[in-house]
Amino acid sequence: MEKFDKITGIAAPMPLVNIDTDMIIPKVFLKTIKRSGLGVNLFDEMRFDRQGNEIEDFVLNKPQYRETEILVAGDNFGCGSSREHAPWAIKDFGIKCVISTSFADIFFNNCFKNGILPIVLPKDQVDVLMQDAEKGANARVTVDLEAQTVTTSDGESFSFEVDTFKKHCLMNGLDDIGLTMEKAASIDTYEEQAAQSRPWV
Amino acid sequence: MSPKTIYDKIWDAHVAHEADDGTCLLYIDRHLVHEVTSPQAFEGLRMTGRSVRAPDKTIAVPDHNVPTTLDRANAATMTEDSRIQVEALDKNAKDFGIHYYPVSDVRQGIVHIVGPEQGWTLPGMTVVCGDSHTATHGAFGALAHGIGTSEVEHVLATQTLIQKKSKNMKVEITGKLKPGVTAKDITLAVIGETGTAGGTGYVIEYCGEAIRDLSMEGRMTVCNMAIEGGARAGLIAPDETTYEYVKGRPHAPKGAQWEAALAWWKTLFTDEGAHFDKVITLRGEDIQPVVTWGTSPEDVLPITATVPSPEDFEGGKVEAARRSIEYMGLKPGQKLTDIEIDTVFIGSCTNGRIEDLRAAAEILKGKKIKEGMRAMIVPGSGLVRAQAEEEGLADIFKEAGFEWRLAGCSMCLAMNPDQLAEEERCASTSNRNFEGRQGYKGRTHLVSPGMAAAAAITGKLTDVREMM
Repeated sequence: MEKFDKITGIAAPMPLVNIDTDMIIPKVFLKTIKRSGLGVNLFDEMRFDRQGNEIEDFVLNKPQYRETEILVAGDNFGCGSSREHAPWAIKDFGIKCVISTSFADIFFNNCFKNGILPIVLPKDQVDVLMQDAEKGANARVTVDLEAQTVTTSDGESFSFEVDTFKKHCLMNGLDDIGLTMEKAASIDTYEEQAAQSRPWV
Repeated sequence: MSPKTIYDKIWDAHVAHEADDGTCLLYIDRHLVHEVTSPQAFEGLRMTGRSVRAPDKTIAVPDHNVPTTLDRANAATMTEDSRIQVEALDKNAKDFGIHYYPVSDVRQGIVHIVGPEQGWTLPGMTVVCGDSHTATHGAFGALAHGIGTSEVEHVLATQTLIQKKSKNMKVEITGKLKPGVTAKDITLAVIGETGTAGGTGYVIEYCGEAIRDLSMEGRMTVCNMAIEGGARAGLIAPDETTYEYVKGRPHAPKGAQWEAALAWWKTLFTDEGAHFDKVITLRGEDIQPVVTWGTSPEDVLPITATVPSPEDFEGGKVEAARRSIEYMGLKPGQKLTDIEIDTVFIGSCTNGRIEDLRAAAEILKGKKIKEGMRAMIVPGSGLVRAQAEEEGLADIFKEAGFEWRLAGCSMCLAMNPDQLAEEERCASTSNRNFEGRQGYKGRTHLVSPGMAAAAAITGKLTDVREMM
């Protein structure tokens, strides 16, 4: 997995609440057996009309947001289905960080498995970042995972919380499965005990 | 010992390793797999030379992509990309030696209906699947939730998940339900109360007299939509109704093991005085047959209400409501019962079980659907289909003018050919009314099976109580 350390990039505003995973990547694109190449279909039904032409008003189609690396979004981002195609599409587009007041649980976890940092901040701070993002390409936001800070283009800085283990994995690009397999002895022991206590499983 | 919730008890029984910061390896008893979210996970195993740690605890069934028309044995009914996914699951199940119900098997169906039906899902278990509606299995007093594909690969390789414990939330439904009010109305009413993010970070325990009175089918409907309220999982303590349902199923314990299992299951309840971080209480008597008007499951109102106005809301929801009303082609103040529909879909992991079909048949018996209406019933599994035929329900559906389909997810997420056309409006027993969910620009109103059947007859959203 790609490491996440510190990024300074264009932030795009998406104030809509409850942006669901069907919006992020419609089901027609779930019929792939690969993880890559989904960026062109990110937000497909909001981004393109039925003929495949770009919808001008959509934020990521505007010239100043084409190189977006940070998304500032409304409440409950990523609700709905467990499809990891949603973070795959976000990452493939080039977005490495999403900031909101809240995220759906499964989407939040899926981000960390794909080198994307989801950041939860209080509403007043997300509002400030949303306004900053509306300034367009000249307003670059900095996200520093080590220091756990987000800094606006005006230099206003906010601290965020992140799970210690998830931070460690993200900063070092670690593979969860490899880490868990180091604890195989604990799993073996658990299985032996469970075979005694719950043999019907 | 401090009092525990049922979630605390199941959690404690499954911790295989705990790190200093509280990060746990949670052991997984059952891993359900389908064709859409698993190919990349199996590919990951192949690329790293890893195997499936517990193939005997891993069960696969294709459901999302499969056609539900009677001619589906003909491969040409599937698009090439869908066929590739189903064939990949066929091969992965064979190569890794996991339990498998192929499309040709009468037991095939929606993964969350097949698991309980075959007795794979049992009280006190941890159950995961790369599908958010895994919450369904919580009806058995199991800890069940959806996971992403990376986690599917993690569970395949290690039979564990890296987890931190969620908070406890109690949702109590007191008293009795009124006639015409179902499990679907309960679960939608709860989401209407909490909002789609109200459960984020929690595991919900549903309890109270109205929940106890539900059958296993109804309990599965309630838990199924816990995810729509944002909760990681929803569960209901097991009781006689649960044991009765489980006993005798193909993979349920037998003989002495049954007795041992039963003894443990009977300890799975929330202790008196256990701590809940959040409590919601609804009176069963107050719940009415409901319908969604917007594009989020929290956009729910009694069928007797009118379409709201964006100004009725606050904050970011004002813009979201404006967008929903426009997308849905509605007008504020319009009576919900004046909304005309084109399509009726009865099925899905929310409402594709035998009891749901019985409820629909009760309304449809001796009636015809409105002329020009497209109406389909997609049973949740091949066995549900067989039972409905045996009980004579299939004849009622066919005589009423419904298409009687084979099992699958179908128009719930419209990955197969069952889709809405642009601006087509559907009364659907599924779980999500998101934009484009049932087809590009399609419009979804979530309802109970009885309400869906009533709408098929009148051609409008209809109060089922008027047809009982």
